[in-house]
Amino acid sequence: LWKFMSAFQQCLSPWKFQHPLSQQQFAEEERQWEATEVKEADRVPDTMQTPDVPPLTPAKDQFQEELVIRPLHSGDIYASFQFRTMWDTDFLRGSKVSHYRLFPKSLGQVISKFSVRELHISFTQGYWRTMQWGQPFLPSPPGAELWVWFQDTVTDVDGAWKELTNVLSGIFCASLNFIDSTNTVQPSASFKPLGLGNVTDQRFLRYAVLPREIVCTENLTPWKKLLPCGSKAGLAVLMKSEKLFHSSFHSQALHFRPVCQDWKCKSTVWELRQTLNVVFDLHTSGQGKRGERSLKCYSMVIMQACVVFPLQGELFELSPTTPLLSQAVVLGDRRTYSVYDLTNQATFGQTRSLNMLLRWRAAESGDMLRPLLHGERYVAGYGLQTGEIHTLMYNNHPYRAFPVLLLDTVPWYLRLYIHTLTVTSKGRDNKPSYIHYQPSKDRLRPHLLEMLVQLPPNSVTEVTMQFERALLKWTEYTPDPNHGFYVGSSVISALVPSVVAMDTNSTRECPLFSSFFPCKEESSYFMRVYTEPLLVNLPTPDFSMPYNVICLTCTVVAVGYGSLYNLLTRTFQVEEPSPGLAKRLANIIRRLRGVPLL
Amino acid sequence: IRFTLLFNHYCLLILAKAGQFFSSGHTNNWAVLVCTSRFWFNYRHVANTLSVYRSVKRLGIPDSHIVLMLADDMACNHRNPKPATVFSHKNMELNVYGDDVEVDYRGYEVTVENFLRVLTGRLPPSTPRSKRLLSDDHSNILIYLTGTSRWNGFLKFQDSEEISNVELADAFEQMWTKRRYNELLFIIDTCQGASMYERFYSPNLMALASSQVGEDSLSHQPDLAIGVHLMDRYTFYLLEFLEDIHPASTANMNDLFKVCPKSQCVSTPGHRTDLFLRDPGNVLITDFFGSVRKVEITMETINLTAPMVPVSELKTESQSYVDQLPVAEIIHQKPKQRDWHPPDGFILGLWTLILLVFFKTYGAKHLKHIF
Repeated sequence: LWKFMSAFQQCLSPWKFQHPLSQQQFAEEERQWEATEVKEADRVPDTMQTPDVPPLTPAKDQFQEELVIRPLHSGDIYASFQFRTMWDTDFLRGSKVSHYRLFPKSLGQVISKFSVRELHISFTQGYWRTMQWGQPFLPSPPGAELWVWFQDTVTDVDGAWKELTNVLSGIFCASLNFIDSTNTVQPSASFKPLGLGNVTDQRFLRYAVLPREIVCTENLTPWKKLLPCGSKAGLAVLMKSEKLFHSSFHSQALHFRPVCQDWKCKSTVWELRQTLNVVFDLHTSGQGKRGERSLKCYSMVIMQACVVFPLQGELFELSPTTPLLSQAVVLGDRRTYSVYDLTNQATFGQTRSLNMLLRWRAAESGDMLRPLLHGERYVAGYGLQTGEIHTLMYNNHPYRAFPVLLLDTVPWYLRLYIHTLTVTSKGRDNKPSYIHYQPSKDRLRPHLLEMLVQLPPNSVTEVTMQFERALLKWTEYTPDPNHGFYVGSSVISALVPSVVAMDTNSTRECPLFSSFFPCKEESSYFMRVYTEPLLVNLPTPDFSMPYNVICLTCTVVAVGYGSLYNLLTRTFQVEEPSPGLAKRLANIIRRLRGVPLL
Repeated sequence: IRFTLLFNHYCLLILAKAGQFFSSGHTNNWAVLVCTSRFWFNYRHVANTLSVYRSVKRLGIPDSHIVLMLADDMACNHRNPKPATVFSHKNMELNVYGDDVEVDYRGYEVTVENFLRVLTGRLPPSTPRSKRLLSDDHSNILIYLTGTSRWNGFLKFQDSEEISNVELADAFEQMWTKRRYNELLFIIDTCQGASMYERFYSPNLMALASSQVGEDSLSHQPDLAIGVHLMDRYTFYLLEFLEDIHPASTANMNDLFKVCPKSQCVSTPGHRTDLFLRDPGNVLITDFFGSVRKVEITMETINLTAPMVPVSELKTESQSYVDQLPVAEIIHQKPKQRDWHPPDGFILGLWTLILLVFFKTYGAKHLKHIF
């Protein structure tokens, strides 16, 4: 009971709420800072302790949650929830972990069974519009994406991968069991580990994406159950599915990786980050214009907090104001944030509620900072035989060129002609310095193309490839083949030069949303951009044809047989019409007389 | 003396009740709820399945004991004007999707093969627990199927494959042989639903269907905001009936058979109880729809010296393997109309043609030997 109460206590604490006051863009942030240190030894009752049992090491699980709310230039609201659970355990050395405190047990057992070093899974509905919304804190492609780094002790990575995807499909109620060798690749240069560790043997990496996967409440329910308090307390209470899915963009992700425990980095802990990024549309949430804007009214079990915020500043007003301001550099942009610390009772004031109202000042916003890296992809061509995939990469930096790594995974039924691959920037050929291509095998593996391309400053680089569409066997078509077949997003990974000096100390306490990608250099930051998925039509047979063929054949046989039968069996006989009554009487009389009949 | 007599009588009653207490056949409940249709205009089938899911959860069966299969996603469909909701009543009164739903098989995973594998337990070893039907011989299972079937004898899965009534009957027989159920309630809401349970031959099966052979099962009401029909009639009235049931309810199967008479349903719901060994009047609704644990609290101490003969022991002796009977001898709710069809004209004509060609070639004189 004590353990349960102490775990519950953390989630019960109110949140922190931060808000910015900067020239160009504003963001609000809520943070809850909870560092719990629980000494196991204290809680073992005396009667159970025996001298043979070695003293248990104290488990220091930590939990942190944060909500960043950023109004976007298009008038939409971007809300990013992040929940971080730190798990201090050492399951590598063979000691079986049997006590789970804050870390979810279902995930912990899966990770230790399959010897997973890093696990990244995301479920996204909608496409992130970089040009209108800027850069997301955590990018994700539409559909489901899963990439895993296994430990180097795993001998059969493919077997472990297959079992892992099946187990995860059960945990998240998603069709991840459709991940098999036809959509799994081993990227050679992209998707390096995001956590600690120096093992980078590509044999232990697997990457798969399911662009068709739908995200709905049935995926959110198990995701919420992985949080220490579930959806009962803390920021997770705000996550109501009817509001979250009525949005332009919804992405829930789970990232598991080893990180340094403290700044000395003597030991590692395992970090589990659960993130939820939602973009609420200006129009669907009721307000058509940028007037007074209320985010959502949530009623909470523990506290009544209607998160409605007005802001004071150049672009919009936020009330109530808070004296806490913090500066953070995220994605190369230095911004000031207003921090509302919900662990502090003073935030709430007299009533046990926090109401925030956001009111836009001007009707027109200023110019948005143009994202430095942006990607687009589309299919060109006509007909159902051939086509061309065009990938466009925009470098919007005025004077710096930087290299990007492009990863393309194309299913086997689009047969790529790699000899037609062209990369052009500013009208001229741009030869990539590194190309890794793995051709596909029908029904076995997809195409994998990785290229390192140098993007000239302020330019558009276009990558084109021709392909031919394959004819599938009739059992391989989905029940709705006329919808089309999806091709997963391309991934563009880059170290983008930053105008603002970045902080390389990754273990210092900083807001969660800015500490996801490890920062190695001061002058550049890591960014990953996903392009749109493609929807291509394959030559689809008419599935009503068997019925048509049967009808046609039967008609032909019936008509042909009928004619033949008539020809063979029909004989013509002359038949005289029966004589009238008078004539018949006359014939009777004539017969009696013995005279020839009429 | 009277007091001791009363006391003895009371103790005997308790002993008798204790005997009855240990006589119940099932110890756990499972539910397999399947919606087999795809596409937005089949919204009502998903709403049907979700309303049964909701009732079953409300009456106590946990998510770990429910295998929910939805062939398409209606809640987060881009055509849904209210995302993350599936309504069963017009004017959006009741959201059967809710906030706490776990779908085990969804989208393209709902196939005949997966459904039969779930029933028979023949799943690949890497299948997670939530996708398995881990029932044993003391489980009562509720199986609910809904979808479209244009002709009698089969049910369409996702408009691309079918499951026939013979396959279903064989799957249940496999379940019986492997002792995967104690009692099974099969409900189907589709056109000509009674044809799906015609071929059952395993014991302890009770079946309900929304319509007889030759009848169409109709949908209930459209919602103008959503633009499609929300529920089928039979399941709509079934949901209304189940909303009144609570875990302590004593309603029995005879009440369930009366759900949706012809005046409300337009089609005639049918049921089949000949393979079921208990009297339907003694079967509680919560035996299948709920997960009711039998708990009796008593302050007296009962001395269980004499061995309890559970009532079920007598029943198990009479349980025997039902021989596979041809369809004609299986009892129907309504007498089956056997129409006389004239012999197939094509075959007759073909033989006539052959004979006539023969006689024309070899002469008509042979004809007289035939006729």
